[in-house]
Amino acid sequence: MAAPEQFRLIFRHIDEPGYSNDLACYVRNGGYEVLKKAVLRKPEELIDEVKKSGLRGRGGAGFSCGFKWTLVDRKSGKPIYLVVNADESEPGTFKDRYIVHRDPHQLIEGIMITCFANKVERAYIYIRGEFPEGARILEKAIAEARAANFAGPNILGTGYGCEIYVHRGAGAYICGEETGLIESLEGKRPYPRIKPPYFPAVLGLYQCPTIVNNVETLCHVKHIVERGGDAYSKIGTPNNTGTRIFCVSGHVQRPGYYEFEVGKLTMGQLLNDVCGGPLAGRKFKAVIPGGSSAKVLKFGERYKGKRKVGAEMVDYDWGVEDIPMDFDSMAMIGSMGGSGGVIVMDDSVNMVEALANINAFYSHESCGQCTPCREGSLWMKKITSRMVHGDARAEDGALLKSVADQIAGRTICAFGEACAWPTQSFVTKFGDEFKAYPQAKKQPRPDGVPDLI
Amino acid sequence: MNLSQETLRRIDEVIPHYSQKRSAALPLLHLVQEDQGYISNEAVEWIADKLGLKPINIYELVTFYPMFRQKPIGRRHIKVCRTLSCAIMGSYRSCAEFQRQFKTPLGEVSPDGEVTVEFVECLASCGTAPVVMIDDQLHEKVDAAKARELSDKIKAESAARPKTS
Repeated sequence: MAAPEQFRLIFRHIDEPGYSNDLACYVRNGGYEVLKKAVLRKPEELIDEVKKSGLRGRGGAGFSCGFKWTLVDRKSGKPIYLVVNADESEPGTFKDRYIVHRDPHQLIEGIMITCFANKVERAYIYIRGEFPEGARILEKAIAEARAANFAGPNILGTGYGCEIYVHRGAGAYICGEETGLIESLEGKRPYPRIKPPYFPAVLGLYQCPTIVNNVETLCHVKHIVERGGDAYSKIGTPNNTGTRIFCVSGHVQRPGYYEFEVGKLTMGQLLNDVCGGPLAGRKFKAVIPGGSSAKVLKFGERYKGKRKVGAEMVDYDWGVEDIPMDFDSMAMIGSMGGSGGVIVMDDSVNMVEALANINAFYSHESCGQCTPCREGSLWMKKITSRMVHGDARAEDGALLKSVADQIAGRTICAFGEACAWPTQSFVTKFGDEFKAYPQAKKQPRPDGVPDLI
Repeated sequence: MNLSQETLRRIDEVIPHYSQKRSAALPLLHLVQEDQGYISNEAVEWIADKLGLKPINIYELVTFYPMFRQKPIGRRHIKVCRTLSCAIMGSYRSCAEFQRQFKTPLGEVSPDGEVTVEFVECLASCGTAPVVMIDDQLHEKVDAAKARELSDKIKAESAARPKTS
């Protein structure tokens, strides 16, 4: 079956010739009309629209956005903050980059609607340090929005005011974890906080109730309020509503960003029809479906079980190509939709070397707070690097897995899982390749195959 | 500390963005590093004093966050993405090419003082891998040939610059 057409909601304009990131262009294309109508409504109604929409967070966890907002402590009398997570760092993910650089006012409109709905008077955009140009673009866009009375004091004559500030990170992946991000915003090392009690909705920034939302999520809020929650919920599939931006990288003909209704497209359609299939003379070998911490999928393996379709339970028997690209299906087959970063590897890639590359990333990025993660990620890196650059042993795969199995579930934040899942899934699915590696590395390296570590 | 008037102005502008001064630590570190090229011990103490903190509160940030450095770098900063999507598209080769062009080990100022070449983790432009940042600017699809071109450009700029000795 051919792939459906792209459904461009968030990325509607970004590739249009002549579309620029200034206020005049945004307004010419209908910008800030949704905010103008939103501020005439009751904030509670706007929260209800988001709840009805079924929107799930686009940063990685896929948590219900409306539900997140209802958890906010509104009785404490303390100010409520919005923190925009623009610390896009999950390897394989590059959607927020294009929103920030090419359509910043869409984000600002989403932020202002969210702030109005939640009675937030101060918002921070935490943008990763590696986007210096993005930070400047956002600062300019905020100044423009403020001058036009879409942000700042007394927005559109309503008496409601809200300031937005841009805050730059400095190269630490862990700042994408929401409580680590808050610590970082407080001027500290970004050590994630333990939950409970430090749920941001109750004890967030400066121990005040705080909403942390991803850039793409906040853009969806604008479209939800524009269309109405019920109408938005008809886009996509039940429990996986709206559109999703897939960021495809690695070994395909046409890598890039593609926006589709959630769940209306399979992995095979995305990789073959949309991205043009494998490179000449190559075959797909593995794909990581939702950012590098998502468990790897192996081409040729089958996923079987029962799933709910409407009210009925039906059997499914899928290959990698058959998996619908939505949160629930990805979770059902043991991986995750995560951040939408799809990394494709073809048969030129040795999986031991690919894992060595991933492990180097996670050991570099572990914040060091929890022993299992700090030591485990380092040992997994040392073992895989030794396999590639020093002596490899047939039993190393089992050793790696035993280290990984002792991390997940024993750490303050989800980084423990994030760093263990690649090793667990690579060794489980490509165990033969790990066993054979001591022999394989003695063979001359094929031409054109790059080092990965 | 010999900070420019513009840096001092921006420092005073950013501190009131936060209801607690300590939050301005990262912004101040960025501003001072942009002004001075790196974060010296003197800078650590200056920022701490400015925000009413102890020097350790600033120093622990400099040692944690990868983007802050305690030593000067070359005139241009070449940051090659090392993470998976870029690696499988050949970023190790691109990095080696930069190193060859400037005869420099990783993470050190090149012998001619022109560049510091570094590997960094994911730059979030995986669809145009391999990617490289030179100072604030992103360069896409930087294979070894493009790395050579970019190096030549930097060398030409350096040759055109009036010599100061």
